[in-house]
Amino acid sequence: MANKQAVGMQGPAFDMAVERGKVREFARATKSEHADYLDDPQPPIPPTFLTTSTFWQPPEAAALWRELDIDVRRLLHGEQEYVFPKGPPRAGATLTAKTRVESVFEKEGKRGGTMTFVVTVTDFTDERGDVVAQARSTAIETGRPPA
Amino acid sequence: MNAGDSLEARDFGPLTRTDFVRYQGASGDFNPIHHDEGFAQSAGFPTVFSVGMLQAGLLATYCTDQFGPANVRRFHVQFREQVWPDDVLTCTGTVAQVYEADGERRVDLDLVVTRQTGGVAVRGQATFVLT
Repeated sequence: MANKQAVGMQGPAFDMAVERGKVREFARATKSEHADYLDDPQPPIPPTFLTTSTFWQPPEAAALWRELDIDVRRLLHGEQEYVFPKGPPRAGATLTAKTRVESVFEKEGKRGGTMTFVVTVTDFTDERGDVVAQARSTAIETGRPPA
Repeated sequence: MNAGDSLEARDFGPLTRTDFVRYQGASGDFNPIHHDEGFAQSAGFPTVFSVGMLQAGLLATYCTDQFGPANVRRFHVQFREQVWPDDVLTCTGTVAQVYEADGERRVDLDLVVTRQTGGVAVRGQATFVLT
């Protein structure tokens, strides 16, 4: 079962450059042909684009997940949320990302036994230190493999 | 636009393995269960299945194409059924409320991604600014 002692733990802060070509690639992979994504030299990011922060994570970020001690064979992605208080960041921005474990809790599943929910929050701050985006992810460790 | 209004539905697909691979390359999630047939079968699945975040991204496209990419303020999804090769996904949405906040006129949307079987792949809620 995922480690409840990990609540409150934080990963390392790391920088993420928001790039025009990456926005265009991501927009096309999610079947958008909106001109704001494809033609604007400083396009806004698509709503789920910050998942690409994985490309910028330093190797030390994996330590947080080791602390959580989740069995990846039983791991499901339950929920995902992105909040942009003043709208989505644009290409050209450099964001600083930092992830923390918000909560770990259990629920009884209908089929898979006890499920453990792990909620992580990543704040993305801009060059001025303002939080311009927040990602909240809910991972579920099922009681037995999902297959 | 008023609470209870329905958005026009939009279909995506049939989805291909190439769609999955293209999304994995773009997103950086290289879990082999979404592209490696042998790996997926060894994990007990009949074949590879889609990345949840691809369905989420398609639902996001459904919204941004209608309301404008710069207007998103919140996007939230819950993953339900898995999505398989050749699935056709239908995005639908209804207006939950229209209101003023932070000096902006905003709309909250309730969203669903449905498979061709009628099964729900994703439920979502989003907030956009109306311009």
